[in-house]
Amino acid sequence: MAPVAVVANGLSLTFGSGAEATQALEGVDLTILRGEFVSLIGPSGCGKTTLLRAIADLERPTGGTLLVNGMTPELARRQRAYGYVFQAPALYPWRNVERNVMLPLEIMGVPRAERRELSQRNLQLVGLAEVARRFPWQLSGGMQQRVSIARALSFSPSLLLMDEPFGALDEITRDGLNLHLHELWRSTGMTIVFVTHSIPEAVYLSTRIVVMSPQPGRIVEVIDCDLESPRPLEIRETAAFAAIGSQVRRALHSGTSHG
Amino acid sequence: MGEALRRTLPVIVVVFGLLVVWYGAAIVADLPAAQAAAPGTAPAALVGAALALERPLVPAPHQVAAALVGGIFQPITSPHSLVYHAAVTASSAIVGFAIAFVLGIALAIGIVNVRIFDRSIMPWIIASQTVPALAVAPMVVVVLGNAGLTGLLPKALIAAWLSFFPIVTSMVAGLRSPERLQLDLLRTYCAGSWDVFARLRWPASMAFLFPGMKIAATLAVVGAIVAELPTGAQAGLGARLLGASYYGQTLQLWAALAMASLLAVAAVAAADLARAVLVQARGGRL
Repeated sequence: MAPVAVVANGLSLTFGSGAEATQALEGVDLTILRGEFVSLIGPSGCGKTTLLRAIADLERPTGGTLLVNGMTPELARRQRAYGYVFQAPALYPWRNVERNVMLPLEIMGVPRAERRELSQRNLQLVGLAEVARRFPWQLSGGMQQRVSIARALSFSPSLLLMDEPFGALDEITRDGLNLHLHELWRSTGMTIVFVTHSIPEAVYLSTRIVVMSPQPGRIVEVIDCDLESPRPLEIRETAAFAAIGSQVRRALHSGTSHG
Repeated sequence: MGEALRRTLPVIVVVFGLLVVWYGAAIVADLPAAQAAAPGTAPAALVGAALALERPLVPAPHQVAAALVGGIFQPITSPHSLVYHAAVTASSAIVGFAIAFVLGIALAIGIVNVRIFDRSIMPWIIASQTVPALAVAPMVVVVLGNAGLTGLLPKALIAAWLSFFPIVTSMVAGLRSPERLQLDLLRTYCAGSWDVFARLRWPASMAFLFPGMKIAATLAVVGAIVAELPTGAQAGLGARLLGASYYGQTLQLWAALAMASLLAVAAVAAADLARAVLVQARGGRL
């Protein structure tokens, strides 16, 4: 089997119809290999979230082809091929942390003992094993988002889709979570598709950065990001980091100037 | 001490104010009767007499309290026992509430899940509440009586009639309360509609159910009392109210009213207790 996680060919997606129609994606070609960390970056309305939602089968493309793990997004979703982390933690307030992480496992019919073990292991992975019995409202925003990551990881999907997961958090919390996420990606070898509008975040985390532009949403440039790994946070002060950052910035500007 | 005083002081002031107004009203209303009973009495003694009439137009608070306490501490087998009458009313209120609870939740689930239900049933539910229960009660009793159903059930059905509406409306709002994000999350797990209901819609609805349940609990008491009025019931607070008003026994009437409000308070307290149990199980929040 070819080590391909996601393939999009001439993908387009239009919301509404007639005069009200919005072209959210147009002619998107993208191949994401297994084990890659790909960031989608661009200004609001560039279709980065729409592309992620299409991969997750939360939106239906109106043209082109899209394959996830070699099958249609719907089939991939039915096979529970991916975990999805939303912008907000979306934890259920009536469940404690452990039971929130167990939610997908319950739905997938995992036996109770195994649920507990998987929940424990994944909370450890995000460094929250000690708050398993607490309730979401007793945790900070950053901790809540880590719980939602543990929840997405709990059933060991091969693909992790993340939609601006750290967008609502403060800079320091965000740095910590970036470091954590990079380590997680390195140690698990999973494929991650990550939507962001922060250039440093994209450069720090990614192996490739997909720069998008709006009206209609399309890919402007795909930039390789071959920084060493593991990546300490200090890597952000190196010349190589700055060079990739300015390359992304230039691509973003070229994308919006003729938009 | 200071904190406790600051909290209770407004309550004390309001209660005191109400008592003053009440006593004032009792004196004004009952003075003519006292004067007619004993013409030529000195004004000061007249006020005392007005507040001690056997059948006052407006009984004074202490008279109502005495009648209430007297009614409560009757032997439970006595027809004057307010505890007995309250128990009769409470039993039809409880059965009525139980019917309303089950029916209301079932209807809400239907309305949320079946589009046709929403369009076809909701208008009837609203219309049902515009029909005065007092007008419907005798019909229900007669129809059910012809079908061989007498006793508690007709009264319980009238209590349920009033009580199911807040349960339906709060449950519909609660079952529809989950946000897009929470529904999308379940979609990513490929959750079936049963999982969406049992793991998201149902638990999310609880925060909406309890305020509705509180209203429903008091309406069940009101419904049970209303059901006793036109049905010629021999027992129950409604029967007691009707009898007392027929014979001009105002003290009895007010005591029964006070007992009815105590019953409603108990109903609300029961709903609050149920809520507290769930809050406890959910770690301190609903």
